[in-house]
Amino acid sequence: MIGGLFIYNHKGEVLISRVYRDDIGRNAVDAFRVNVIHARQQVRSPVTNIARTSFFHVKRSNIWLAAVTKQNVNAAMVFEFLYKMCDVMAAYFGKVSEENIKNNFVLIYELLDEILDFGYPQNSETGALKTFITQQGIKGQTKEEQSQITSQVTGQIGWRREGIKYRRNELFLDVLESVNLLMSPQGQVLSAHVSGRVVMKSYLSGMPECKFGMNDKIVIDKAGKGGVTDEVGKSTSGKQSIAIDDCTFNQCVRLSKFDSERSISFIPPDGEYELMRYRTTKDIILPFRVIPLVREVGRTKLEVKVVIKSNFKPSLLAQKIEVRIPTPLNTSGVQVICMKGKAKYKASENAIVWKIKRMAGMKESQISAEIELLPTNDKKKWARPPISMNFEVPFAPSGLKVRYLKVFESKLNYSDHDVVKWVRYIGRSGIYETRC
Amino acid sequence: MTDSKYFTTTKKGEIFELKAELNSDKKEKKKEAVKKVIASMTVGKDVSALFPDVVNCMQTDNLELKKLVYLYLMNYAKSQPDMAIMAVNTFVKDCEDPNPLIRALAVRTMGCIRVDKITEYLCEPLRKCLKDEDPYVRKTAAVCVAKLHDINAQLVEDQGFLDTLKDLISDSNPMVVANAVAALSEIAESHPNSNLLDLNPQSINKLLTALNECTEWGQIFILDCLANYTPRDDRESQSICERVTPRLSHANSAVVLSAVKVLMKFMEMLPKDLDYYGTLLKKLAPPLVTLLSAEPELQYVALRNINLIVQKRPEILKHEMKVFFVKYNDPIYVKLEKLDIMIRLASQANIAQVLAELKEYATEVDVDFVRKAVRAIGRCAIKVEQSAERCVSTLLDLIQTKVNYVVQEAIVVIKDIFRKYPNKYESVIATLCENLDSLDEPEARAAMIWIVGEYAERIDNADELLESFLEGFHDESTQVQLQLLTAIVKLFLKKPTETQELVQQVLSLATQDSDNPDLRDRGYIYWRLLSTDPVAAKEVVLAEKPLISEETDLIEPTLLEELICHIGTLASVYHKPPSAFVEGSRGVMHKRLPARTGSGEGTECPDVGNAAGGSAPEAAPSIIPSQGDLLGDLLNLDLAPPTTTGPTPSTSGMQMGGMDLLGGGLESLVGTLGGDIGGSPAMGAGFGAAPAVMPASLNAPVGGGLGDLFDLGGGVGMPMGAYIPPKTVWLPAMKAKGLEISGTFARRAGVIQMELVLTNKAMSVMTDFAIQFNRNSFGLAPAGPLQVLTPLGPNQTIEVSLPLSTVGPVMKMDPLNNLQVAVKNNIDVFYFSCQYPISMLFVEDGKMERQVFLATWKDIPNDNESQFQIQDCHLNSEAASNKLQGSNIFTIAKRTVEGQDMLYMSIKLSNGIWVLAELKVQAGNPNYTISLKCRAPEVSQCVFQCYEAVLKN
Repeated sequence: MIGGLFIYNHKGEVLISRVYRDDIGRNAVDAFRVNVIHARQQVRSPVTNIARTSFFHVKRSNIWLAAVTKQNVNAAMVFEFLYKMCDVMAAYFGKVSEENIKNNFVLIYELLDEILDFGYPQNSETGALKTFITQQGIKGQTKEEQSQITSQVTGQIGWRREGIKYRRNELFLDVLESVNLLMSPQGQVLSAHVSGRVVMKSYLSGMPECKFGMNDKIVIDKAGKGGVTDEVGKSTSGKQSIAIDDCTFNQCVRLSKFDSERSISFIPPDGEYELMRYRTTKDIILPFRVIPLVREVGRTKLEVKVVIKSNFKPSLLAQKIEVRIPTPLNTSGVQVICMKGKAKYKASENAIVWKIKRMAGMKESQISAEIELLPTNDKKKWARPPISMNFEVPFAPSGLKVRYLKVFESKLNYSDHDVVKWVRYIGRSGIYETRC
Repeated sequence: MTDSKYFTTTKKGEIFELKAELNSDKKEKKKEAVKKVIASMTVGKDVSALFPDVVNCMQTDNLELKKLVYLYLMNYAKSQPDMAIMAVNTFVKDCEDPNPLIRALAVRTMGCIRVDKITEYLCEPLRKCLKDEDPYVRKTAAVCVAKLHDINAQLVEDQGFLDTLKDLISDSNPMVVANAVAALSEIAESHPNSNLLDLNPQSINKLLTALNECTEWGQIFILDCLANYTPRDDRESQSICERVTPRLSHANSAVVLSAVKVLMKFMEMLPKDLDYYGTLLKKLAPPLVTLLSAEPELQYVALRNINLIVQKRPEILKHEMKVFFVKYNDPIYVKLEKLDIMIRLASQANIAQVLAELKEYATEVDVDFVRKAVRAIGRCAIKVEQSAERCVSTLLDLIQTKVNYVVQEAIVVIKDIFRKYPNKYESVIATLCENLDSLDEPEARAAMIWIVGEYAERIDNADELLESFLEGFHDESTQVQLQLLTAIVKLFLKKPTETQELVQQVLSLATQDSDNPDLRDRGYIYWRLLSTDPVAAKEVVLAEKPLISEETDLIEPTLLEELICHIGTLASVYHKPPSAFVEGSRGVMHKRLPARTGSGEGTECPDVGNAAGGSAPEAAPSIIPSQGDLLGDLLNLDLAPPTTTGPTPSTSGMQMGGMDLLGGGLESLVGTLGGDIGGSPAMGAGFGAAPAVMPASLNAPVGGGLGDLFDLGGGVGMPMGAYIPPKTVWLPAMKAKGLEISGTFARRAGVIQMELVLTNKAMSVMTDFAIQFNRNSFGLAPAGPLQVLTPLGPNQTIEVSLPLSTVGPVMKMDPLNNLQVAVKNNIDVFYFSCQYPISMLFVEDGKMERQVFLATWKDIPNDNESQFQIQDCHLNSEAASNKLQGSNIFTIAKRTVEGQDMLYMSIKLSNGIWVLAELKVQAGNPNYTISLKCRAPEVSQCVFQCYEAVLKN
């Protein structure tokens, strides 16, 4: 198991060092600094073995988190734990930065003592942790409160405490998708997938039982066969159900129930959390198409023309559109003409960045640029990195629709109808690239 | 004021000040001081001097302060064991505190203090805490048992904590169960044979129930523990799999990977024709793909594991090639791993896409990545034959870019392509030669030199090219030197007239001027080969090379199996067994995949189970006494070519016995043999002599040897063809409704053939011929169907040759070389038996090493020796030897004693049996004496018959 956990700043100075196992000595702290943080070259692996000691690291801005062990630990678990550690810290004091870590080092030690025992991760849900580890020090607790805390930390529903009350029961559901694309210069889709997340903010009283439904093809087809006519009627009118390749759920979701009935039921944590993640690869709506044209005019000039076409309902508006056209390292000057938005050559980023604030569906826009090159002796051809794109659209490119979210709370007197529910769809670009 | 100020105190006399503050009366000041101490401790300053002062702060109601003091104690108690005892009282008191959080904190901290005196006091509180009413305390106590075991294993056993821990597996709280499982698993690792976890269907059921309820981390502990269990049969295995599969949808990648581990392992036990097996395979792919959208570090762990899974079960991800395409912004470690998996998944179906991608990658920035991409193109060519041409042209395009490292990498892989597809792409050699000057890496230089040497006859200026490398011979790396040496020797053997000087030069460079023993040895070997037997040299150096295998860098199967058992762990990331990087006893135990066993009904063939378990049943070849119902066997005609593979014969008698050269009667032979090798005794001794002496004694013979080379035609006895007995009638027409079969057996180019002549002496047309053999002594079986394609009309004769294999079922026959055959046609099934000359089973590699021969001869008991006389044979020993060699009876040595030639020969049978022979030939005497020694003396009679047949025909 994890033998020790260290946090360093970008200079390699130790901010936090907690050793859990006898086989990890102080020299391990220095070994990582010397061999990884101070190493000249790029990091070639997130796992490093130095003198039979294994170091797992992740970086958050300037901060290095390293877990150390001498045993054959579960590597996936160690990384999951390090991410979780970052989440917990962020939940307590915001951004994981040197300043914040130094300001909260006592708290961090307290957390590390709680969520990692002898190198074994323990309950690390911030909801539960915040009930007994606070920045204000421990307040006096009654006996009931104490046993409530311990049963929550160890219990089956470790993510929610009892006795939550809201005057107004409210639910916010965000379907956040990132659409990824790799397209060949000829417009052939090399790979495309949507990775989506359903993020919920729930302000519900008591211990509500929730059921979430979406237009999952398997569920709809099953219902259709069962003779539910209204569903069948809908599915004939265009694309009503989507094929989900795979999905993963927050630990509050009953997995065995999903496995057997494909229904998503859970008792939600309080506040904001991620209910599920999913991935689809079939019938994806690609919101934009990028058509590049690069022409080399002699050895010192490049002509670039890029057309973008929006491919969704004209009534919808895409926002924050940004097209990034890479330029060679030996670029000496760039002239740009674009029909819409603003375009600028950014020498430090070796790219022309073209920004458009808003664009409606079924439109197209064009940019052309002339790039002057310095003559070089470098024989190696320019690698032509792909043209990448960023945007935000108000629909789910996978076609996912929320069908229902039902709330049942038998003990308190509010019903599903009394809950105010909000649903929002946001599609963003993931890695959206077109080779040129 | 914020806490970050504690990090900035660097003044002198700090310790002294802190001491004062720690002893302050004001609570706040005390707390501030302890914080400062912890901050100093964090940055690595030694604050152990403050031990008593800090411990004094322990008695407090302030939980935050208490936790800080505990943190300090855990760090320094070991260096101050006597002082640490001061803290014991507080700990014991805290373990009785009404607040469960404090009880747990005390027991948790105590377990971390590795001081004997403290551990003594720990036992009582721990025992209470293990049975505490509060689950939070119990789950903490469970881990504490593992801590205590790490400090004092004996104590844990003596105090009976292990049993209490086992009881906790049945606890009502899932987190207590999970921690108990984690603790027990860890303790069990240091007692490999203790059966501590005592996994049985009941306890497994408990674990599976807790799995649904505990935290994500607890699920990992439980799944990792489950993976160590071996289900009793395939049904249990299936029911566990069914309960584990829902975990594949967990958001935590580690839960998913641990579930994959359990499934991959238990799947081994499921019969492949089971529907559930296919379902399970399908279920595994999506979660593995999903892992690739995790954070890069986890992607890396996932990819390293997928690399193993793809090798073990390629079918799972064969349609998922696209998800492994490299993204521009992937970290380099993810890119390299993806590339590896792309090659493993490459197949004819997706090769076009893969190649397009690889070509794209070859223009990227990162040098390592580009190199790997170029190499991958070559590996695709070797793996998917249909793509080879396209790969080669892609590589040529890349060579045209003139980017130095791309060119070099391309040349290295083209060499492999040449090895895989000889005589196909050599037209590109000219292009390669153009880039000779730009190669500066040893591997590329060596590859290019290999190409020049291998194809010397097609490259006009091969000698000039190689000579140009020779100038800087001593500055080259060993790899290049060795390759250059071999290449020039090849060139010389191909074009002897123009390159004599060159070869002399390289041989002397390698042997006289080099300090590298490998290079010197190789130089001497070539030198001696060239000087003694140029023909042999040619055979050795220019021998046909075995084709290189399709899949390179596959993990060796037993290691792969072990790594599959370690999915998700560091071992799977390093692709090394835990023993390679873990110190001490932990994790050294090798894990293995379970063997497949049938359930109650016994649907499985037990043999398959055994084979999967790794121990193939060992059967002594040709000694299977039970004579089954022959007719029954023969009637059981199944006209598909036999595919069942009999038990592999174990090679007998090849272990090198202790070589005692000073005893026994054969010692003189060694001397003679030694002399024979080099032509002079000095040469023979030269093997052991100091290298510095060598050149002098070598010079003379070399000249002669080279001279010999120029008249290659003369002086070498051409080996004669193998002996083929004349055809005899096996099945007269009368007995077979008009079908007459005559035939013989032959061995041609290593293939045993049954040559049949089928004559139709009936009035009607015969069609639908098929043949089958009964089980026989050497497992002879048709290697293909009987090729009689056209119908055989009346009075027509057809000659067919049927290739035979020796992997059929084995049964000892009497006589040994008897073969029972069934032939079927549209009229009936006919049976006959015939005898084959055992000589056709003599394999081409039957030439034994002299040393081994000697040892084996002595090793075989004298009882196994049999003597025969061959009469009326008028060959001299030389001619006899040549004739025998044609039938793969190899003369290993010859000596002459008192006018009598003694020939020592070896024969290897197709089932691995060695026969050693001593043939005495006396000039003028037509009667030969032959002694045969073999571990299976039964064959001697047959072998003798062969000698007679071969020598007399």
